[in-house]
Amino acid sequence: MLIYLVFLYLMSTASKQEIVQQLQREILRLQGTRPSSSGKTDLGLGPMMDAFPGNSFPTGAIHEFISPRPENVAATSGFTSGLIAGLMRSGGACVWVSSTRKIYPPGLKQFGVEPDRVIFLDMRNEKEVLWATEEALKCDGLAAVAAEIRELSMIASRRFQLAVEQSRVTGFILRNQPRNLQPTAAVARWQIKHLPSITEPGMPGPGFPRWNIELTRIRNGHPGNWQTEWQAGRFHFDAPEKTQPFYEELRRKTG
Amino acid sequence: MPSRYLSLWFRHLKTDYTLIRRPALLNKPFVLASPDHGRMVITAVNPFAAKEGVSTGMAVADARVLIPGLEVLDDSPGLTGKLLRMLALWCIRYTPTVGVDQPDGLIMDISGCAHLWGGERAYLTQILNTLRGKGYDVRAAVADTIAAAWAVARYGNTTPLVEPGEHAKTLLHLPTAALKIDPAIESRLRRLGLDKIHRIAGMPRQSLLTRFGNQLLLRLDQAFGRADELIEPVVPVEVYSERLPCLEPIRTATGIGIALTRLLETLCQRLRQDGKGLRSAVFKGYRLDGRIVETSIGTHRATHHIAHLLRLFEENIATLEPDLGIEVFTLEALVVEDVAPLQPAMWSGTTGLQDNGLSELVDRITNKTGPRTIHRYLPAQHYWPERAMTATTSLDEIAADAWSVARPRPIHILSRPEPIIVTAPIPDYPPMLFIHKGQRHPITRAEGPERIEQEWWLSGGEHRDYYFVEDEQGVRFWIFRSGHYAGLNSYQWFLHGYFA
Repeated sequence: MLIYLVFLYLMSTASKQEIVQQLQREILRLQGTRPSSSGKTDLGLGPMMDAFPGNSFPTGAIHEFISPRPENVAATSGFTSGLIAGLMRSGGACVWVSSTRKIYPPGLKQFGVEPDRVIFLDMRNEKEVLWATEEALKCDGLAAVAAEIRELSMIASRRFQLAVEQSRVTGFILRNQPRNLQPTAAVARWQIKHLPSITEPGMPGPGFPRWNIELTRIRNGHPGNWQTEWQAGRFHFDAPEKTQPFYEELRRKTG
Repeated sequence: MPSRYLSLWFRHLKTDYTLIRRPALLNKPFVLASPDHGRMVITAVNPFAAKEGVSTGMAVADARVLIPGLEVLDDSPGLTGKLLRMLALWCIRYTPTVGVDQPDGLIMDISGCAHLWGGERAYLTQILNTLRGKGYDVRAAVADTIAAAWAVARYGNTTPLVEPGEHAKTLLHLPTAALKIDPAIESRLRRLGLDKIHRIAGMPRQSLLTRFGNQLLLRLDQAFGRADELIEPVVPVEVYSERLPCLEPIRTATGIGIALTRLLETLCQRLRQDGKGLRSAVFKGYRLDGRIVETSIGTHRATHHIAHLLRLFEENIATLEPDLGIEVFTLEALVVEDVAPLQPAMWSGTTGLQDNGLSELVDRITNKTGPRTIHRYLPAQHYWPERAMTATTSLDEIAADAWSVARPRPIHILSRPEPIIVTAPIPDYPPMLFIHKGQRHPITRAEGPERIEQEWWLSGGEHRDYYFVEDEQGVRFWIFRSGHYAGLNSYQWFLHGYFA
């Protein structure tokens, strides 16, 4: 009814394009997605921004990361750390909930996260992880919450979503080899995989971390597939074989 | 722990104070006087004037006859009380419980304090030397009871340190005046020849009571430790404890919850007024059958936030068994600390680790699952990967060093390195392929070795040569060889972590 009234009101004043945009915003609001107070959130995701509703990374929401195989877990942790670093830039703290933690805190620094601003909650089992995650998501002083949860039911994810709608905390649920992939209330579902790194010919050693990012589900957005590299503290989306800005810069410097 | 008391006696308190303020009076007879019924009466005499026969209560005119050049200074009323209070406050550095002992002394409860100064003798010497250095003529004694310490300080002529349990023996040889009794009773005792305590200590209580009244018996009991004597501390020790009696015994969880809320409200109100917050508290229920049920909580930061404390306690209410019912509830703050007044947020935003919400979250989780759940890491100056960080439970501890990013470090680490089988061309080259848990990982790129030596002052063992390798799929590993190359058949390669 409300939408219809808005529609009628808008019909009289604006063009068709504007009406559609206005209605989209209205629907987003009704679905519980509130635009972040500080305008658009850009975590350096460059070309991916078009995939998100309103061209803004959905903060105050639950993101689900699926790692079908054990080797994906490290890539997922790395990519998530890069996102968390962006959220923590304003000085916030992060909580990392897990029952089987493998994160090496000094390794987080490479992805821009200050390891001493991360509180690790090492719970005994999955049930405690769910409880602690919900408590953490309700805590509005946090920048982000990362939780390693294997099985996430619709009910649990709905509870998380309700918690973050109040607190505006961004939650990252890292699911390592989940058994069932039924839909959840999470706003997005991601899948991160390693890609062989690309280096200059003749250069020894592994290059920058390179990942394939698959956004399989995004509410009110456009799923897609991207390749990115983590270079000098930020994501780099340009296809490396085309431009390779970092290497060009390096070549310029070294001659 | 046995109680120990220290009594200080300032023999010439007011004249000492005057002398400190007017050093010109040194080595001269002088008195303090105040008007009384139209004449000047001496209230304090310094030792030089006392030697010439001047005493308190004498008229100034009479004293001038004895010492023609006597200096007479005005006495201000209430000076003694003010001075004693000032000295008592100064003495708080030695013990928290210091009381004013009118008219010329201080009494201190030194139980458990003296060892901090290296024993009672050193403690006593320190106090006496400091006070004498300031210019006060002071005597002191340490004993098991307040009355015994008082008596030995003023009338004792051997050691001022009465060993624990020895006070009765020491007291017996002191004059009856050492009991701090009414001068009238004291003079009657003396007239009867009962000049020493040992002469009356063995008398039947009934006859002492009928002849000399209750006070003498009470003082005797207090001196020998049979009756309690109280110190009124100059700075009262605040006890944050609240009590709630119930008309009817409480048996339901709701009732307990209401009682808890009431107690928390009053306690937090008091804490807020004093600018304090509690770090740990215990909630007790006194049951009808005489048992006590209790539950306690702890917080990471001092707080007086009612809703938060209530949530912490609520988890434990179910564990309290009311049985027939609880009659009285008490709530006591065991550890109290100062809190900075809460600043209202001018803008909403994240405040990092200082955020109250975060410390409340940590409290809730600690109270539910125990303190070993929460981890925070600070950098440590070690290359050895397992020691490159130190765990802390504090949210306020600040990292002294920066995190190092000089060398590649994995994002995932295995708590125990897992053995792998490796094919490596020649001793110090990176491996070409490795097998982990039956899976082959052909290596396409590698970096290393990065040799990390054992810190011999911490532990022995082999050094490690770390390689940062990437396999065909782009998965990146951190593997190492333990020790020097030792031939083909040795298993000395391990997988230690994964890079992002």
